[in-house]
Amino acid sequence: MASDPMEQFKIKDAAELFEIGGQTISWTNSSFWMVVSAILIIGFFALTTKRKLVPGKMQSLGELSYEFIANMVKDTTGVEAMKFMPFVFTLFFFILAANLIGMNPYAFTTTSHIAVTAALAVFTICVVIVAGIWKNGLKWFKIFAPSGLPAIMYVIIIPIEIISFISRPITLAVRLFANMVAGHVMLKLFAIFAAFLAAKGGIVALGVVVPVLATTAIVALEFLIAGLQAFVFAILTCVYLNDVYHVDH
Amino acid sequence: MAADTDTKYGAAEQAASGGLPQLDLSTWFNQIFWLVIVFAALYFILSMFILPRLREGISDREDRISDDLDQASNMQREAEEAEKAYNRSLADARAKAMNVAETTKKSIDAEIASEIEAADANMDRQAEIAEANIRKIKTKALSNIESIAGETAIEVVSTLTGKAPTAAAVRAAMTP
Repeated sequence: MASDPMEQFKIKDAAELFEIGGQTISWTNSSFWMVVSAILIIGFFALTTKRKLVPGKMQSLGELSYEFIANMVKDTTGVEAMKFMPFVFTLFFFILAANLIGMNPYAFTTTSHIAVTAALAVFTICVVIVAGIWKNGLKWFKIFAPSGLPAIMYVIIIPIEIISFISRPITLAVRLFANMVAGHVMLKLFAIFAAFLAAKGGIVALGVVVPVLATTAIVALEFLIAGLQAFVFAILTCVYLNDVYHVDH
Repeated sequence: MAADTDTKYGAAEQAASGGLPQLDLSTWFNQIFWLVIVFAALYFILSMFILPRLREGISDREDRISDDLDQASNMQREAEEAEKAYNRSLADARAKAMNVAETTKKSIDAEIASEIEAADANMDRQAEIAEANIRKIKTKALSNIESIAGETAIEVVSTLTGKAPTAAAVRAAMTP
């Protein structure tokens, strides 16, 4: 039995595949579960595209998912941002699938690694920056200097705006990573504690009820967090996409 | 497993390097490499195949529903127009009936008025004739009264005085 609560986050190489620029690319548990999540998402949505006039159960689920993300984009950013709807959709379901897969025993939570969450967050912010400059030109940088303030205020406001912009990818990455890690560590700790009590035997073994109940409660909480963090990541992406379209805020 | 037997050493190593496997930078490139491939493939498949079909399914239904609604509102408009036409013809018929009644009433009234006029004229004529008769009878009676009064006066005088006055004297005495 692995009694280290961090053991579950270890990346295990299954096979070294090839090298790119001095870096070895290997097939790992992380890449395996990433591919699994992508296949599950595509498989799920492949079942929902029947295009019937009166939708069946699966088609309803697919259309519900579509409208959920579409409304999120429309309500937070606006109809003009619907170009980014597939991106937000992919982001949401990739994170949701990774989080939910992570809830299965023996599965690996790809989103519990800051490398993955940071890459997603940095890419999201890069999308905002590139799309913002593409659309507004250099005027886009006005988002750091809200109009209608006395000149002296800009000395304070501009650094604050820049810091808040830079902290966006950091918070985006850390929030998802920390939530996933904390939940899984807590689950593991309570499970290890339960196993420890049970191994003691005698009257102490009866105390196993407490960590088992706690584990059950945390599992329920973790399912909530799995959905919530995917939602938070997606909706914050929409909020940040606002800066592409609404430079004068 | 072999990995489990030397967990202690692994844990010690990890504790030295910060503990979290997530902070092992040697795995980052590999993870990000796979993330880019998987995410790109997922984005491509979802945005090229899945999402357009879902969107079309939804918009087809919306089109159909709005078509049906349009048709329903067209039908309602037609029904309203038919009702309006019905009401109009009803009002026309009523007005025509009223017209007929009015003209009939007017002609009858005129007839009644002319009859009454005729009857009035007839009555006036007869009244005039009667009045003329009455006047004639009255003058006749008045002239008779004079002669009767004269005779009566002669009688009275002859009875009282024993002398009969002449008719001329009586008439002279009676005329004021």
